[in-house]
Amino acid sequence: MSYQGKKNIPKITSDRLLIKGGRIVNDDQSFHADIYMEDGLIKQIGDNLIVPGGVKTIEANGKMVIPGGIDIHTHFQMPYRGTTTVDDFAQGSKAALAGGTTMIVDHVMSEPGTSLIEAHDQWRQWADEKACCDYSLHVDITHWNDSVKQEVDNLIKEKGVNSFQVYMAYKDYYQMSNSELYEVFTFLAERGGIAQVHAENGEIIAEEQARMLQMGITGPEGHVLSRPEELEAEAVFRAITIASQTNCPLYVTRVMSKSAADIISQARKKGNVVFGEPITASLGTDGTHYWSKNWAKAASFVTSPPLSPDPTTPDYLNTLLSSGDLSVTGSAHCTFSVAQKAIGKDDFTQIPEGVNGVEERMALIWDKAVTTGKMDENMFVGVTSTNAAKILNLYPRKGRIAVGSDADLVIWDTDAIRTITAKTHNSAAEYNIFEGMELRGAPLVVICQGKIVLEDGNLHATSGVGRFIPCSPFPDFAYKRIKARKQLAVLRAVPRGMYDGPVSEFSMSRGGTPSASARTSPTKQPVRNLHQSGFSLAGPPTPDDIPIRPAGRRIVVPPGGRSNITSLS
Amino acid sequence: MSDCRRQWNREDELPVYLAGPITTGPNQRKTYGMFSSVEGAFESKTIDFENYAVGRKGSRTPRSGSRERLLDTGDPISKTPSEARESSLNGSPGERNEARSGAEVRFSSGTESPNGKSERLLIKGGRVVNDDQSFYADVYIEDGLIKQVGENLVVPEGVKVIEANGRMVIPGGIDVNTCLMKSYLGTQPVDDFFQGTKAALAGGTTMIIDHVAPQPGDSLLEAFERWQEAADKKACCDYSLHVDIPQWNENVKDELELLVQDKGINSFQVYMAYKDVYQMTDSELYEAFSFLKQLGAVVLVHAENGDLIAQEQQKILGMGITGPEGHPLSRPEELEAEAVFRAITLGNRVNCPVYITKVMSKSAADTITQARRKGSVVFGEPITASLATDGSHYWSKNWAKAAAYVTSPPLSPDQTTPDHLHTLLACGDLQVVGSSHCAYSTSQKAIGKDDFTLIPEGINGVEERMGFVWEKAVAMGKMDENQFVAVTSTNAAKIFNLYPRKGRIAAGSDADIVIWDPDSVKTITAKLQQSAAEYNIFEGLECRGGPVLVLIQGQVVYEEGKLHAQQGTGRFIPRKPFPDYAYQRVKFRNEVKRKQGVTRGIYDGPVYDVAPTPKYITPSPSAKTSPTSHQPPPIRNLHQSNFSLSGAQIDDNIPRRSGHRIVAPPGGRSNITSLG
Repeated sequence: MSYQGKKNIPKITSDRLLIKGGRIVNDDQSFHADIYMEDGLIKQIGDNLIVPGGVKTIEANGKMVIPGGIDIHTHFQMPYRGTTTVDDFAQGSKAALAGGTTMIVDHVMSEPGTSLIEAHDQWRQWADEKACCDYSLHVDITHWNDSVKQEVDNLIKEKGVNSFQVYMAYKDYYQMSNSELYEVFTFLAERGGIAQVHAENGEIIAEEQARMLQMGITGPEGHVLSRPEELEAEAVFRAITIASQTNCPLYVTRVMSKSAADIISQARKKGNVVFGEPITASLGTDGTHYWSKNWAKAASFVTSPPLSPDPTTPDYLNTLLSSGDLSVTGSAHCTFSVAQKAIGKDDFTQIPEGVNGVEERMALIWDKAVTTGKMDENMFVGVTSTNAAKILNLYPRKGRIAVGSDADLVIWDTDAIRTITAKTHNSAAEYNIFEGMELRGAPLVVICQGKIVLEDGNLHATSGVGRFIPCSPFPDFAYKRIKARKQLAVLRAVPRGMYDGPVSEFSMSRGGTPSASARTSPTKQPVRNLHQSGFSLAGPPTPDDIPIRPAGRRIVVPPGGRSNITSLS
Repeated sequence: MSDCRRQWNREDELPVYLAGPITTGPNQRKTYGMFSSVEGAFESKTIDFENYAVGRKGSRTPRSGSRERLLDTGDPISKTPSEARESSLNGSPGERNEARSGAEVRFSSGTESPNGKSERLLIKGGRVVNDDQSFYADVYIEDGLIKQVGENLVVPEGVKVIEANGRMVIPGGIDVNTCLMKSYLGTQPVDDFFQGTKAALAGGTTMIIDHVAPQPGDSLLEAFERWQEAADKKACCDYSLHVDIPQWNENVKDELELLVQDKGINSFQVYMAYKDVYQMTDSELYEAFSFLKQLGAVVLVHAENGDLIAQEQQKILGMGITGPEGHPLSRPEELEAEAVFRAITLGNRVNCPVYITKVMSKSAADTITQARRKGSVVFGEPITASLATDGSHYWSKNWAKAAAYVTSPPLSPDQTTPDHLHTLLACGDLQVVGSSHCAYSTSQKAIGKDDFTLIPEGINGVEERMGFVWEKAVAMGKMDENQFVAVTSTNAAKIFNLYPRKGRIAAGSDADIVIWDPDSVKTITAKLQQSAAEYNIFEGLECRGGPVLVLIQGQVVYEEGKLHAQQGTGRFIPRKPFPDYAYQRVKFRNEVKRKQGVTRGIYDGPVYDVAPTPKYITPSPSAKTSPTSHQPPPIRNLHQSNFSLSGAQIDDNIPRRSGHRIVAPPGGRSNITSLG
């Protein structure tokens, strides 16, 4: 580093920055150019830029300059049964920056029955206080009724949230029924939201958990035994079906197994708008550690869906990521201390779920996918940053090095080799699930909001500088196709004459379930889809104004006894 | 079957088919040309079924295959078959002289009455087609059973002889899915057991398995008895019953146990559709699967996602679509495929065979195919309708016609569906063909004239079933005749544990035999059908292949278009649990799939102190689970209980609570990684 011209400009207050001699790598192309940044924005890109004097210059020496990573899935400072995850927004975002990630998207987890907006505001407050990098929020819909619907509407319109997660697991807690999922997806499709789904079949899991415990399996291996990957694949399949019925873009969080990934890639081949998010853990390690003799180690791998015990899974997921069948990578970073994990020492169902990964994410993908030749550097930028920005409608502000974009950049050292260990990582957790792994590729310099935060291995992160980045609805990346399909999917009735033949007598005592389970949510009114109302009846409207569903009506032969049952209008 | 094998061991006696080659007399092996079968090749090599068949505990005489043995035992044999033929040619009074191209019935002597009451029957000169091979052989039938299969059979005098003239002699079809008594809003289908079985016979089907469809809250046992009573009175062919489980609770379990153990039922249907009526939640399905697996029953699944259908129906009605086209629009095939996938997942988890009834779409069939490729024990049953026609008719301008096609899952509007399903049937990815015959008259269908969700669901197909499989698969070269027998009869018998009593032409099997004419051509029309429905959904389709002659229990019931069916002759065929075809693999997997816990020391590090879990209960009225599914103790699988924990643990006697308060031990031991 050297200062150009005057030497009296203090390093820390400088918000003008020039990166010289780097190779800019976007998701579409790579080229050699200099980058000039001012006030946290990229102002110029090109050779021989004319820049003001006294600009701090970073010599990239031909190294890759990439858009900062976007970790689309984190759980910092997440409350869990009276405790919180050990990495709060400061610690977590520091770890993110150390790994080359300059933006995180955290999940707002509200307890079922509480207000989503309040939870959102709470998260905003925590993050604004502490985050060292820009952030955005997903909101998890943990229950569904009319007031939640109102809140979701509000969050989309006023709060800058465009992605909402629903759960198909955690029976009797977060889990939603198929009908509720249908309603949520329908609603989100109308408002331009992205439906994220935690895909696991919660009902079967509950049964399997009970079975495991009864068999006397109480350790962390019970976690993976009771949540086999089939259940993940099943739920993914179901979610895709529901999304395709409601014409809603679907985002599957945490793709952990080969079978789930296969379902997504098949669905994409059939044309469904679905995105899959493998996480650092599923791309980097496998579920064999659940059988570790060391309880604390085994427990540190507990997350849901669990890591697959199939050791070929990471390789497979990296392949699908490279081929574009999986779209983005998150970390699902959600760290608990060993003492917190020990809540479930006698019962694996009580172990708090979460693994680390925000810091290792970029390097791990580089090591597993790019250095192995599966993926090129442009794709690398795509899956670590650009695609996430596109899905959240933040593109091209984030996820691209272009004039006008935010100055979140990383100079990537393709040859640096680091060994992951809990001793040196930036997370506060005692265990690192990637312990001992040697990863090639690391950030050399990280620039966040036009400021250097990582340089020469030193982190200069400042708590509280992170801004909330609002996401607007109807991201083109997901919704262009959805909109076009809406116009095609106009259903028409067949214009026919009235059926005027005999009608046999029937009793309407359609044995309704005697059980008390209504199984439907109170918000029963079907959402009328205005886009799909192109219905036209050719003939004159039916003479009698029968309401559409004459529930207890007794229909008999008309007095005239007309028998021409096949008359056409 | 394994039970029976054990029996032999106890009786210290080898089964006949093992003892045969040693104990039978000199078995002269003569060849009659290079390709003709060896005399006696098929005799005494068939399994001794009589003991397998439920409900027939007759004396088990070692069946002697060779002629010599027959002579020894002094059977009244006076003529060789050729002589018998000669005598039959010499004009017996009962001989029918109509010149026929097909099979002829004659009598070898005048002592027998010609009206089909003959107890003894010989089918001569036919080509016996089983699912594994075809061969020329005569078939001798006595007392409703096949007694001998082979050439130059020695048969007693006075047997009625049917000349097959080289035509195919196949085991009678088994229609695994009919609903002849499934009432809808108080109205009964127009085809009852009499009408329906008549139609079955006319199409070459000699056995049906009907669905007992109780309403939620009804007793399964009572419903079963009602069905059995009605069928005993009316059925013209042998029948068996599936029982549908309309809801899941503890009473149902007791009844299921009784049905399996005492009533001879080994297959039960569960529904994933019909929300708030029959539909079960995933938890209930899991429990039902686990329970039925223990009983050794086959789980039939009506696979459609009922929750989504309910939503779609409301949406479609809200758009003003009330005609039959709303039916397929609200039940797209994706929902079928989704449910099939879920059912298979459940089956895999529970390690239980799953049988998908009514495979109607390509995507559902593909899902089954993929699952089989991954090793799942799953069977798929396409039906006549999905194999022969498609869902484009729902858009017919004629309401009555469109409504006639309404069934669930609906016929796929994709016109390539039948072809695809036939391909999968031919390659074995789908196994059996049913008809799901459930005929409602137009006036019954008209209950839903203003609302497609009220149209009674059901289509015809029992009569056309065999013909269309022949026409679309065999005549097109997709399938050979043996596979034809397998999918129309043998596989069904295997899955439902009727084999080899049904589904095979072999000594000892029931004499339910069809002489099949592959060249007969007929045009399907409601005017000529046996069913009482006004509409035939296959109206106007041409169909090659059909039965020339149908034998049931050794009696001719259909001959050249004339039906001599007798009401009430059908017997209920009880079925034993644990059919080998479905359960053999499952048994081995039980052994393999033992889960192992890890033996570790007790964690003795610090433990975070948590408040007891505030077990959240949904505030909405939807309990999401039925009241019956609260704490049913998961069925303890004895095969998987060999978990061993090294040494007793301190907390063994402490019951596990969900809100357990676990704190750090007072000693504050900090070695969190100590091993036991």
